[in-house]
Amino acid sequence: MAYQRYDYEVIASWIQPGERVLDLGCGDGSLLKYLGDVRQVRGYGVENEPDRMLASIRNGINVLQLDLEQGLAGIEDNAFDHVIMSLSLQAIHNTQGILAEMLRVGHEAVVSFPNFAYWRHRQSIINGRMPVSESLPHQWFNTPNVRFFTIADFEALCADEGIAIREGLAFDEGKVVVDEPNFMASVALYRLGRDR
Amino acid sequence: MNTAASVGVVSPSRARFDAPLALRCGRTLPGFELVYETYGQLNADRSNAVLVCHALSGSHHLAGTYADQPDNPGWWDNLIGPGKPLDTNRFFVIGVNNLGGCYGSSGPQSVNPATGKPWGADFPFVTVEDWVDSQARLADHLGIERFAAVVGGSLGGMQAMNWAIQYPDRIAHAVVIASAPRLTAQNIAFNEVARQAILKDPDFHGGHYYEHGVVPARGLSQARMVGHITYLSDDSMDEKFGRRLRHGKPIYSYDVEFEVESYLRYQGEKFPGYFDANTYLLTTKALDYYDPAAGHGGDLTKALSVASADFLVVSFSTDWRFSPGRSKEIVNALVHSDKRVSYAEIDCHAGHDSFLLDDPLYHGVLRAYFDNIAG
Repeated sequence: MAYQRYDYEVIASWIQPGERVLDLGCGDGSLLKYLGDVRQVRGYGVENEPDRMLASIRNGINVLQLDLEQGLAGIEDNAFDHVIMSLSLQAIHNTQGILAEMLRVGHEAVVSFPNFAYWRHRQSIINGRMPVSESLPHQWFNTPNVRFFTIADFEALCADEGIAIREGLAFDEGKVVVDEPNFMASVALYRLGRDR
Repeated sequence: MNTAASVGVVSPSRARFDAPLALRCGRTLPGFELVYETYGQLNADRSNAVLVCHALSGSHHLAGTYADQPDNPGWWDNLIGPGKPLDTNRFFVIGVNNLGGCYGSSGPQSVNPATGKPWGADFPFVTVEDWVDSQARLADHLGIERFAAVVGGSLGGMQAMNWAIQYPDRIAHAVVIASAPRLTAQNIAFNEVARQAILKDPDFHGGHYYEHGVVPARGLSQARMVGHITYLSDDSMDEKFGRRLRHGKPIYSYDVEFEVESYLRYQGEKFPGYFDANTYLLTTKALDYYDPAAGHGGDLTKALSVASADFLVVSFSTDWRFSPGRSKEIVNALVHSDKRVSYAEIDCHAGHDSFLLDDPLYHGVLRAYFDNIAG
């Protein structure tokens, strides 16, 4: 499982009961199921990979098989309270496009991603090998990831794009990292809004 | 793992409805009959009924075979049966021949009580809405207050969608496959070519050909050929026939040369043997008229806002008759009206006809969805 419980709990803490949410790259729908249980959210998952879409249907999740690279055309502005993308941003080519789409159809966006600048990843590179870890579980030749970025990179992009970082948390193997997150954290989570 | 089997030998039933049915065209049918088939058992609380609506040339014969026609399985036999995705061990499945049809329900071939002769072209125009009304009468007749699901592909999907609009309290799930919220000008244009072929056939006799002992076979054949072109994808036609020549080389003749000609002629020529031209005309018009958003200023979201059913919408990547984009219009309208909906876009090469095939992902999606309905 790519999803960690701490990821779920943080996301749930940012969501009000009964909200309308959209979960991009919803996998088997377990996050939506969790948010349905603890926050009574209504909403949809988006999953383009056939087996995961099927798993979501099996789990009774409302899932829409759409290609996120095409954006969210057809979904109205502000249709959702929160648009979530948990550990999928690094697997999408159109990074700026999808962030803009998330903040178009949602009042806020919630994004989590693996931090490529995590110290274990840096150590791996220093030793001459691409990192393989809990947050980056694939080998270089079979990874679904197409964008390789760090916490510092992401925050710089947000500043450039006029995306407001409303809240951010960083983790190392489930524990919150306060000091030097770009070095010490393997995963980062953000609650984002529109600045302009 | 389920072992899937056939429902076996089946036989149709007939229900007579004596109360008049007011139709959208403004006319009223004094009474009517519907021919239907059922598979599986209605459970004690009558909560496991699934209505399957047919498309342009379909019928009530969904699954199994007739005792005297062992080689003629129902048109959705790969989906419906014990252990199949629509599992008749769990669901009571109903197929009905639509009003205006040619498989035994009241239609152009039945006798007009006012004249004592077949209705022919005088049979009133029927719409998707009228079909749904008539199917609701059948549900009453069978003691079904609320369907667990209404399912259909293509024109059948339009009926499933309209069930959710017309009778929101009587349908728990709508399964809308390879369908569209309304036809495009191009869709209507293909239907018009088909209709003109029938209407211009000298054997049509203004729709009263039964009295002349003929059928407009040439026109109906041509209509079917046009239809078949739109059911397949460019790729699947290329794969099936390519440019293969029957004689291996050009013979400079209008006889069958290319294999695709052979296929179309075969499909065209056998069609009048089992389908009625007046029914074809009526059904293509029902397709053309279908537009649930029309009464809501073109706003499909508003049209669907009354629905309380859960929806499953399925499209096929190579379907250009009702492309995935058309299904997404339905999905977007459902999302905007805050309905429960799942959407699967199946990568299948066979074009519009894909909905009749047993692609593993497609059937997997339907199986998973129906499993959840059965609980």
